[in-house]
Amino acid sequence: MNIYVLLKRTFDTEEKIVVSKGAIQEDGAEFIINPYDEYGVEEAIQIRDNQGGEVTVVSVGGEDAEKQLRTALAMGADKAVLINTEDDLETGDEFTTAKILAEYLKDKDADLIFAGNVAIDGGSGQVGPRVADLLDIPYVTTITKIEVDGQNVNIVRDVEGSSETIETSLPLLVTAQQGLNEPRYPSLPGIMKAKKKPLEELELDDLDLEEDDVEAKTKTIEIYLPPKKEAGRVLEGELQNQVKELVTLLHSEAKVI
Amino acid sequence: MTRKVIVLGEIREGELRNVSFEGIAAAKTVAEGGEVVAVLLGESVGNLAPEMIQYGADRAVVVENPKLASYTPDGFSQAILAVVEQEQPDAIIFGHTALGKDLSPKVASKLGSGLISDAVAIEAAGGNVVFTRPIYSGKAFEKKIVTDGLIFASIRPNNIAPLEKDASRTGEVSSVSVEIKDLRTIIREVAKKAIQGVDLTEAKVIISGGRGVKSVEGFKPLQELADVLGGAVGASRGACDAEYCDYSLQIGQTGKVVTPDLYIACGISGAIQHLAGMSNSKVVVAINKDPEANIFKVADYGIVGDLFEVVPMLTEEIKSLLVKA
Repeated sequence: MNIYVLLKRTFDTEEKIVVSKGAIQEDGAEFIINPYDEYGVEEAIQIRDNQGGEVTVVSVGGEDAEKQLRTALAMGADKAVLINTEDDLETGDEFTTAKILAEYLKDKDADLIFAGNVAIDGGSGQVGPRVADLLDIPYVTTITKIEVDGQNVNIVRDVEGSSETIETSLPLLVTAQQGLNEPRYPSLPGIMKAKKKPLEELELDDLDLEEDDVEAKTKTIEIYLPPKKEAGRVLEGELQNQVKELVTLLHSEAKVI
Repeated sequence: MTRKVIVLGEIREGELRNVSFEGIAAAKTVAEGGEVVAVLLGESVGNLAPEMIQYGADRAVVVENPKLASYTPDGFSQAILAVVEQEQPDAIIFGHTALGKDLSPKVASKLGSGLISDAVAIEAAGGNVVFTRPIYSGKAFEKKIVTDGLIFASIRPNNIAPLEKDASRTGEVSSVSVEIKDLRTIIREVAKKAIQGVDLTEAKVIISGGRGVKSVEGFKPLQELADVLGGAVGASRGACDAEYCDYSLQIGQTGKVVTPDLYIACGISGAIQHLAGMSNSKVVVAINKDPEANIFKVADYGIVGDLFEVVPMLTEEIKSLLVKA
């Protein structure tokens, strides 16, 4: 089975966000594999281990994403591809990323493509379904279980807490939801092996893409932090009285009950 | 500048979801006096069209087909694209729900259009429509415009107020017939969620539990409080990782991002990744044994105490308030 995983480098969830000169400051921040993509890497490795084949992780971004790709290789992926857009693109959006990924994937005969259901930075969840549409293959989002039997695929997906059982077939793109699996930590031998695994670097040129072909269809005009919340009131006194006071406050002051 | 806007109404168990009415209000803003057309897709959904009009749509278009009985990306995209083809709108509004998240990128891709997902506010002025959306799960916000193709956005439930319902308002309801073919995904079974009741992303009140809840049974008093307030139960990653509850309840940067009117955090320490998922709630109450817990920094009101004592007291107190009211 020929499996691809779309992977994004994102801020660590424990990072505070700092905005300066209208942009998010990256200096000194820790970066990770987008947690939802990590579920995809883990599932891809498990399927390959059971059924044979190859797992390729692909990222669109800058040089820095190499670190996250190496982590995925250390987890057990076989190959990595970095499509480096640093020199070609100043801005991009979900269309840009999806178009680049689809151009890369179109002649790869991928059986199964994993993506995260959302990236924890941009948070739009568009890239997976957009890539599937550009490749003209079906997709299933927010999956919590997948079984591949020959060409047939059975999937359980999370729909606002309910679960749907879906039947479909390869080739297919799926996006991972929490609960799909427990991603492994890279082992020491895994990390050593990862250093020797192939990491190919491509640019738009290599995909016969011009800047115009991938020009963003949306534009960010402002980035700002939400107003800082003032510390509230911690109530005091007898517990029973505190509870009474709280209910009065919620009813008459905050007017939410 | 007036625009023609179509709004996809979303139906769950035979009823329109609230986000559909919020979508009409959003569409009115985008339309700047232009026409707002509601679209309903399903097996037999025409009976719901008048309600979309009562909430402010000018007219409604219905696509009815047995193949639209359950949502599939292939079926619903074919249907909505047929309506877009016929109506030639300037803008499209979806709800940023499970269905909207799944469907909108495909439709945008087919239309060659930009898409702004998860919008929480909309301003239309000077020829531009500017959408505000959270990034980093609400740790920051961005303002965004569509620069190519239709203006297409999905709106987060609970953030844009619906218009007042006007039962006397009427409008034309027409139907479009669409041949639906090649459904590549088939739904075999739907298992309803274990905890019944209000959906987290749409709930006005959320009672959320952390590690302090200690066990599966520990969520019971929280559920009772939620029931009294007509709210939903949520959880922190800590509680989910400890297997006190299902991951579908998780609120945070991994998990759901929620903006209810009232968020009551019980036994939650307030890790940054949790705060990202809930700190934009209108009113936050923290109940925690540890007075140093981070959650108190974002809470409007706090009670330092054992949640197993405080929560049942709170439930009783609210019950008696509701009886008086």
